Amino acid sequence: MTAPAILPARGLADRLTGLFWRHPRVLLALLLTPPLLWLGVVYLGSLAALLLQSFYAIDEFSGVVKEEFTLKTYGELLRPSNFDILVRTVIMAACVTLACAALAFPIAYYAARYARGHWKAAFYLGVMLPLWSSYLVKVYAWKLILAKEGIIGWAAERTHTSWIIDGLLSIPGLEGSSLSTSPLGTFAVFCYIWLPYMILPMQAALERVPTSMLEASADLGATRAQAFRTVVLPLALPGVIAGSIFTFSLTLGDYIIPQIIGNSANFIGMAVYQLQGTAGNIPLAAAFAVVPILIMLVYLALARRMGAFDAL
Amino acid sequence: MLSDRSPLSLRAAAIGGLLFLHLPILLIFLYAFTTEERSFQFPPPGLTTEWFGVAWNDRPDIWPPLWLSLKVAAIATSIALILGTLVAAAMTRTAFFGRDQISLLILLPIALPGVITGMALRSAFGIMDIPFSTWTIVLGHATFCIVIVYNNAVARLRRLSGGIMEASADLGANAFQTFRHVLLPNMGSALLAGGMLAFALSFDEVIVTIFTAGSGTDAKTLPIWMLDELIRPRQRPVTNVVAILVFAATFFPILAAYYLTRGGSETAGMGK
Repeated sequence: MTAPAILPARGLADRLTGLFWRHPRVLLALLLTPPLLWLGVVYLGSLAALLLQSFYAIDEFSGVVKEEFTLKTYGELLRPSNFDILVRTVIMAACVTLACAALAFPIAYYAARYARGHWKAAFYLGVMLPLWSSYLVKVYAWKLILAKEGIIGWAAERTHTSWIIDGLLSIPGLEGSSLSTSPLGTFAVFCYIWLPYMILPMQAALERVPTSMLEASADLGATRAQAFRTVVLPLALPGVIAGSIFTFSLTLGDYIIPQIIGNSANFIGMAVYQLQGTAGNIPLAAAFAVVPILIMLVYLALARRMGAFDAL
Repeated sequence: MLSDRSPLSLRAAAIGGLLFLHLPILLIFLYAFTTEERSFQFPPPGLTTEWFGVAWNDRPDIWPPLWLSLKVAAIATSIALILGTLVAAAMTRTAFFGRDQISLLILLPIALPGVITGMALRSAFGIMDIPFSTWTIVLGHATFCIVIVYNNAVARLRRLSGGIMEASADLGANAFQTFRHVLLPNMGSALLAGGMLAFALSFDEVIVTIFTAGSGTDAKTLPIWMLDELIRPRQRPVTNVVAILVFAATFFPILAAYYLTRGGSETAGMGK
């Protein structure tokens, strides 16, 4: 009698290997349990806590959170002073998204269509490094730039164009003693910080536009402008929308930039931060935090319909 | 044949855009050497290197935040490396029910604005009466670092041929030996890249951290220290010196991560 052509199991490790081989689901379950426990408990649990808190309300006299279900806190969001914050944030997010799209397009288009070899790598790193470098350092850099005595003021004085800045700063709604205390400054910094998030998905979408289509459109007599408008732009649109998801969502939630640069008008993020901190009104802070989630859910549903997820 | 030469205006706009992304950061370096400490006067009235000495010798308030940030980033990165690799391994091997939902769950912590993650954790700590500590900071950081490691690991695993695992099994290795001697060496550089990116992300994080750190002075990470200096400035050039340090701590890991994963479909950094 010959021995079977299977090596004998040499201990626990071998026996487990056999078990994994016969029942792949066991291995799958073992692999997935720790990370899912972490994300499920820590993250989803926290989101549930957020939702729960937003249905509580604060007692107006004692300032203590009453743990009973109520819609009162959401009602407070509709008060004019709070509703203004929501509207202001959404308008800012929309403006920033449009400006980022306009600024990002030449960079993404050049990198996708013309840059080759070393230039391609340079463009990739040139976008990636600012994306990853320290957020606070970037905000701080803009505080240096926008300060009244800073580099923009200096350059404007040297070129005798200070009147342009003064003119901009006297437009109703954009007033400020310098760019760093005007909503214009907040807008500029938002655009700068989120720009790389727009460039990358846009470039990815543009890379997928086949050159043969451009050649075909040229053969059919389209001018450069026509080819751009009727071929490149529609094919790049999913990438633009994918990028806009980031710029829109990140602007909706940010509370550091408007705190440091601008006229300290409130944004959703700042309201959340202040309400949970000094004001101690966690239910209202939670309700404010739920708003961006809802807006983003709608936004994502629309983006999905436009095919933006294929471009991510 | 279409021209491969780009229109001059496009090239100018593209290069202008790249300069726009990089020039502001250079100013941070310049202002670290200015002699003017009360305003952001440009051009600086004079240049000096004294602020590096001041930051090193006379500002003991810099060191505890620096150590705390390093500690938090190290722990959060370790947790993320383990959890991220586990999910990546599970996700590449098989198709199973709920796979899409899990990939969404991993992505969610960085897809939603940081203020939501922060406020959600803050609400949970409030409901469960958990006091703020270093560990509440780590909890938040590890959660959004998982996806960074996962992105790098999953890209590498996808490129890896399944054949080498079967070959290893045929040669008599058990699952653990295959992991140790076949899988890990092949994934090493991708995990290193993911780990470095996660470290950089955690070291620099401020939006979530403020919600999970509490207000104690011993709960101040370096970015929170910097934020305080931005709101209530004193010795502004010293803030610049620290800013250079923070910049370097995020700049070199991303550069290293890029070179570690270059040439694949996985090039590091797409995940943020």
